[in-house]
Amino acid sequence: MDFAAINPLIFFSTMVAASIPVLLAALGELVVEKSGVLNLGVEGMMIIGAVCGFIAIYHTGSPLFGVLASIIAGGLLALIFGILTQVLHSNQVATGLALTLFGLGLSALLGQPYAGIKPPTFPKPDFGLLGDLPVLGQLFFKYDYLVYVAFILVVGVSYFLNRTRGGLILRSIGENHDAAHALGYHVVRVRLAAIMFGGGCAGLGGGYLAMIRVPQWTEGMTAGVGWIALALVVFASWRPYRVILGAFLFGGVTLLQLNLQAVGIKVNPAYLSMAPYLITIVALVVISGSSNRLSTQAPGSLGRLFHKTM
Amino acid sequence: MLVFERRREPSRFWTAITPVLAVLVTLIAGGIMFAILGKNPVEAIKTIFWAPIFDPNLSAYARPQILVKAAPLVLIAIGLSIGFKANIWNIGAEGQYIMGAILGGGVALAFYPLEAWWIFPLMIVSGIVGGIAWAMIPALLKIKFRTNEILVSLMLVYVSEHFLASVSLGLLRNPDGIGFPGSRNLQHYTSASNGELFVGTGIHLGVIVALVSIFALYGLIRFHRLGFQVRVTGQSVRISRFAGVNPNLMVIFCLAASGGLAGLAGIFELSGPAGQLSIDFNVGYGFTAIIVAFLGRLNPFGIALAALLMSLTYIGGDLAQFMLNLPSAAIQALQGMLLFFLLSMDFLSQYRITIKHWARG
Repeated sequence: MDFAAINPLIFFSTMVAASIPVLLAALGELVVEKSGVLNLGVEGMMIIGAVCGFIAIYHTGSPLFGVLASIIAGGLLALIFGILTQVLHSNQVATGLALTLFGLGLSALLGQPYAGIKPPTFPKPDFGLLGDLPVLGQLFFKYDYLVYVAFILVVGVSYFLNRTRGGLILRSIGENHDAAHALGYHVVRVRLAAIMFGGGCAGLGGGYLAMIRVPQWTEGMTAGVGWIALALVVFASWRPYRVILGAFLFGGVTLLQLNLQAVGIKVNPAYLSMAPYLITIVALVVISGSSNRLSTQAPGSLGRLFHKTM
Repeated sequence: MLVFERRREPSRFWTAITPVLAVLVTLIAGGIMFAILGKNPVEAIKTIFWAPIFDPNLSAYARPQILVKAAPLVLIAIGLSIGFKANIWNIGAEGQYIMGAILGGGVALAFYPLEAWWIFPLMIVSGIVGGIAWAMIPALLKIKFRTNEILVSLMLVYVSEHFLASVSLGLLRNPDGIGFPGSRNLQHYTSASNGELFVGTGIHLGVIVALVSIFALYGLIRFHRLGFQVRVTGQSVRISRFAGVNPNLMVIFCLAASGGLAGLAGIFELSGPAGQLSIDFNVGYGFTAIIVAFLGRLNPFGIALAALLMSLTYIGGDLAQFMLNLPSAAIQALQGMLLFFLLSMDFLSQYRITIKHWARG
C-alpha cells in the first residue's frame, strides 16, 4: 500500500468536483425544508436532471442547453410533488417516495438509447495567469463553470434566507405556517416556489453527474446521492455554509475509498464502497444525538400538513 | 368558486374506489408515456396487464407466477403497513430482505452437505433474525439518538447491497463454481430447498405464509391491543402515551415486524425461486412493497390485491422487455405513476368539493 501515490492537491480538487452533485441537491432541499416541506424525491429529481441534461447536451452540443434541461426537468418533477402535496394535500413522505420511483423508472426509459455514449466536453473558464499559479492555481482555478456556480449559489441562498425579506417570509412559513398565513403570506405559493427551486437544484446536481463528473449516462447512476443529500441537510443543521462542509466530507470519503482501491489496499472493495453510506449514518447520529441547539434547528412546520382556513 | 371542505371522516366510497380509478388513469397515462417514447401504447399496455392473465399461450405459466412474485410483496408490505400506520417509516425493507437472505442462506450453507430435517426451519428463523437485526439499527439509533429512521434505513440498503456483492464473490461463493460468482444453489441442497408445493406451478411455502400473514395482520389490527396502540401512535405520539403506549417500544415493534417479515421474504425467495445468492439477487421488492402498502390502503386485504397487481406488472414487464424491448425500468415508472395518481386522488376521500357562491351585500 502506498499512500504517497495520493497527491493531496489533486485529491482536494477532485474532491471539490466530486462533492458538487450532492452539494447542489442538498442546498435545494435545504430551502425546501426551510419552507416547511420535506421532499424525499431528491433522488428522483436528480436522476431525471441527469438524463435530460445528458440528452440535451448530446443533441445540441451546447453545455448551456444541457444545464437548462437539467434544471427544468428537475423543477418540473418537483412541481408534480408540489401540486400533490400543497394543493391536493397528499402525504409528503409517500409522495416523495413516489417521485423517486417514478424518476428512476422514467429516466431509465428516456436514457435507454444513450447508454455508453460520451457527451461533448464541458468547458472550463480560463483564469489566465491565475490558473498557472503553483499551488493556488490547482486548488482554486481549475474547475468547470458549474463548480463556481454552485459555490455562488450557496452564498446566494445563505444571503437570501438570512438577509432578505423574502427569506424571512420563507422561514416564517417553515416555522409556523398558521401564523404566517394569519399574517397574510401565501403559504402555498411560497412553498411551491421553494419546491421548484429545490427541484431545479437537484436536477442540476444530477446533470453535473452525467455531463461532467462521470461523464456518461448509466441507468440508476445517482446511486443514492439524492438520499445522502437529504441526510446532509440534517447534518448541516439547515445552514447553507455547513452544507459545503458535509458535501466535502462525503465527496472526500467517496474519493478516498476509490483512491484506496486504486493503491491496492488489502480490504475488500465492497467494504470500502460502503464507507460513504456508513459515514452518513455516523454523521446523522452525531448531529441528531447532540443535545445542544444543533439538533433543534429543524423548521417547526417541517412535513406538517397545511390546510388553509378561510 | 370551488371550495374544499375537509370531511369529518374519510369517505368510505371514495376510499374504496380511488385505487381502481388510479389504476385506470395510470393505464391511460402510461399509454401516453409509451407513445411519446415511440412504443405502441396499446401493445405495451396489453402486454403488461393483459397477456400474463389471458393470453392462452402464456397464462398457464404466468398465472401461478403472479402468486409467486406477489408473495414477497405481500410479506414485506404487511410488515411495512404496521409501521406506516404508526407513522414509523421503514424505507429500507430492501436491505432487510437482502440481509435475511444472506444470514439464512449463510446458516444453511454452513451445514452443507449435511442432510437433516432441522436445517430448513433453522434457515427460515435465521432469515427472520437477519431482517430484524438489520432493522434494529435504525430503530435503536432512533430511540437513542433521535436519528431519522427513513434516512438510516435507506442508507443501510446501499450498505447491504455492497455486502451482498462481497459475500457472493467471497465468503459464500460456491467453492465448486469454477470461478463463477454466486453461492451454491440451495435448490440443489435438499435440506434447505424451498421447493414447489404443486408440480409445475413454482408455488412455494412462502406463498402460503404470505397468505397466512394477511389474516394475521387483520387479526392483530382488529382484535389485538397492539393494533390499537399502533393506530393511536400514528394519530399522535403524545396521546399514545396517555393510552399507555411506550413510544420507544413501538418503534422497536414496528421495525422488528417489518424487518422480520422482509427477512422472511428474502430467505423464502433465496431458497425458492432465486436459488443462489448473487450480486443481482435483489430486484426491488422492498421498494415496490411500499407502493403495495399504500395502494392497499394499509389494509391487509387491500395489500393482497395490490400485491397481485404489482406482481402482474413485473411479469408483464418481463414480457414487454422480451417482446417489445421495453427497459425493465419502464415498470418502475408505471409503479411510481400509479402511486402519484393514488395519492392525488386520496384528496377525494379526504375532502368534499363544493361550489359556493359568495353572499352579496
